[in-house]
Amino acid sequence: MTFYGDDEQHAATLPDDGLVRRVKALACTAPLQALDVYKHKVEWADVRDYQMAEIALHVIDQVTIAMDFDSGADPVSVVSQVARFAAVQQPQRSADEHLAVAEWVLHKLINVGTVDRGFSWTYGRIDDDGAYGRHEFDFKLIVERATEGKIRLRTTDEAINVLVGALDTDVESAQVAAEHKLRNLIERGRLDDAKVAAEQARHRTVQYGESLRQQLDATRRDVRTVDWEHEVPNLLNAALSHIENRYEMENQILSHITEKRDEADNSRHKQRAAELVFIVRDCISRHMQLQQRLQTAGDLFRSEQDRQEFSGPPQRAALDLFGQLLLPALGLTVAEALPTLMDYFRAAVAPAVPDAVWMPSIVSRLFESGPQPEPYGAEVPDPELGAPTDVLVFTEEHQRMVDGLLDIRDRPELLSLLLARARRSAGPEVARLVLHRVGHAFSPPVGDAVRAGVQRVLVAVPTGDELDDEDFGGDDLLLASLPIDRAHAPGGPRNSDRPLSSSRTPEQELFA
Amino acid sequence: MTHGYTTDDAEAAARLVAFALRPRVLPSRDGDYLDLAQRYRRDDAFRTLTDRIGRGLGLKALGSDRDTAAVVLAALDGSVFETKMDDYAKRAKYRGERGDTEKVLHGIIHLAIAALAFPRPDDLAQDGYIGRISVSLVDATVRDTCHKLQKKAAEGGEETDTPTETPELEKVWHAYSRRPEASRTKDERAAPNSTKAMVGRALNFLTDSGFLTVVGDPREGNYRTTPRYQLQVRELAATNAFNELLKLNVVPLTDSSGTLRVVVPTLRDTQEEQSV
Repeated sequence: MTFYGDDEQHAATLPDDGLVRRVKALACTAPLQALDVYKHKVEWADVRDYQMAEIALHVIDQVTIAMDFDSGADPVSVVSQVARFAAVQQPQRSADEHLAVAEWVLHKLINVGTVDRGFSWTYGRIDDDGAYGRHEFDFKLIVERATEGKIRLRTTDEAINVLVGALDTDVESAQVAAEHKLRNLIERGRLDDAKVAAEQARHRTVQYGESLRQQLDATRRDVRTVDWEHEVPNLLNAALSHIENRYEMENQILSHITEKRDEADNSRHKQRAAELVFIVRDCISRHMQLQQRLQTAGDLFRSEQDRQEFSGPPQRAALDLFGQLLLPALGLTVAEALPTLMDYFRAAVAPAVPDAVWMPSIVSRLFESGPQPEPYGAEVPDPELGAPTDVLVFTEEHQRMVDGLLDIRDRPELLSLLLARARRSAGPEVARLVLHRVGHAFSPPVGDAVRAGVQRVLVAVPTGDELDDEDFGGDDLLLASLPIDRAHAPGGPRNSDRPLSSSRTPEQELFA
Repeated sequence: MTHGYTTDDAEAAARLVAFALRPRVLPSRDGDYLDLAQRYRRDDAFRTLTDRIGRGLGLKALGSDRDTAAVVLAALDGSVFETKMDDYAKRAKYRGERGDTEKVLHGIIHLAIAALAFPRPDDLAQDGYIGRISVSLVDATVRDTCHKLQKKAAEGGEETDTPTETPELEKVWHAYSRRPEASRTKDERAAPNSTKAMVGRALNFLTDSGFLTVVGDPREGNYRTTPRYQLQVRELAATNAFNELLKLNVVPLTDSSGTLRVVVPTLRDTQEEQSV
């Protein structure tokens, strides 16, 4: 049995922010672990041999290093860099597969396919009354940003904190992420990355300056549009503390890097360190510029206030759309805000004229046949007409001569004699054509001939002798062109009155 | 009681309503419309008649456009001329996402467009004010405001994550900041449900209604307001929403000169979020 003291029991029902923080940090690792759990479900390739979580960490590293302040990392180059890492894991696989794996991991980290492009994790928390309630922790690891029409990738603070920093950390803090990142970069001696980080700090300084400039411009236009009570002082304070931190940090880096530069034996390291020193010095001078502008901001406000003091009051009462409508609406819950926003929407759009339906027109439209297929199909290519490859073996003249030879009316003739006569009178082609036609005359399709209304049909019957011919061999045939007598033919023509001997088994080996 | 209207007057007034229903037709391009529109401005009796005919049809006449003299109409609740959010937000039903969130996001975007087009009460009140607006301005401002509300809630010790059992208690700012500003679909197209795409959609929709005009290169996405839009927001939309919010008792009291307003928000978003 286990006994709990009062203290332990009490502790279990107390709100514990550290627990919540760690659960949230743990949640951030879930998408990475899920990659390895579900990789066997990938259908387009067998990717079980890849270590997906490592590839995912590599993706996050690549995006974090490549993103500079204003834009972010180019997805195409990130994928191609990560594909190289995939190739290290499975060198025997194809380059296409490495790219596909890299892209798959990137998409999973963005969570492409969901509306919010993010992840959600349910966690419990004990509120101040000791009640346990579940909440949704929504987070993202890599987000897409549109910059000048191009998509750029950025890693979120959650991703940087969890995957670069330790687990017990406030995962939503940008400041912690920044510190972890920079310290890590320097400790690991990655000078290139340190350079990027220093450049980003410079960007931030420039951005503070830009933001301040815009505030001051707005102040010049109308001093009332700028919140000099909270907004601008906050900006000034933030900028000042940024400068303060960076000044300290950059002097630290400067001495660190200068030392490294002087110690470095490797000439490339030396050169990079020298570049970094240059950048850090530039950063410091920019910080100083910003500080100067911060100091003069108050003066400008006071002089503009004096100048604009006498501008007239509003001509008529009107609502403050931002402060009185948008801001309260954003603070409502979705369910509360719905009626207000629906009301606004209905009133803020122009009346839409509904499509009026006229009964006769809808009826005739319903009866209309569907859309006609395109009258013209794809373009027909002009045929290229070439000379036919096979020339006719027998000419018209040959056919005519054979017709004459085969018109055997008076008495039947032997094929051998007919062939000899044809060869003698007209040549070997005619003889060959005779043979061809006679072949068809053996057991001719009399029924077809009757139906076609032919007057005479050529009939060939074997004589039983060998064909006596110099070119062709086979059975000799007796040939006759017989008239078709329809008058005496209830079922067909009769040709039994002709002196043709009927052979039972005609052999067709005429063709040598 | 007789007003002395003739049937011709009634027909003329109805014809004016018909003209006003077509925002692309301007009095300067049509002599008949111009005559009627000018009569609407000068002749109070005719104006009343027109307004009443409009009301009978479910339309509210908001007034006469200062520049073009066109009569500006808005649909009343339940009118046949009403644009329904369900029709506008056709993709209101996503997997796992309640349609309400989608509608609320579209509504917030339309409200934010007006709020940024007329940043100060004066801008809305003064005829002739022309507001300028762009997709990134709207998205960045709303996102920035959401971020501030989140920070405020976190500082006030409020729970910023949505309770699992009651997703309808998600705050609007949470829903907005959860939605990505830009995203690609699997086949590399721009997703229509990212906030920037939704803002672009709203701006195009308002442009088609004659409320905005494109400035410069259309690809840069800069717009300016027309007097018609100012009239619409001032005379109807803002007051309607204001009355709804009054019921919820969430409207802060601001005097006519001091306003709650964020200026030059374009870079704030990245500043707050960014590391290093």
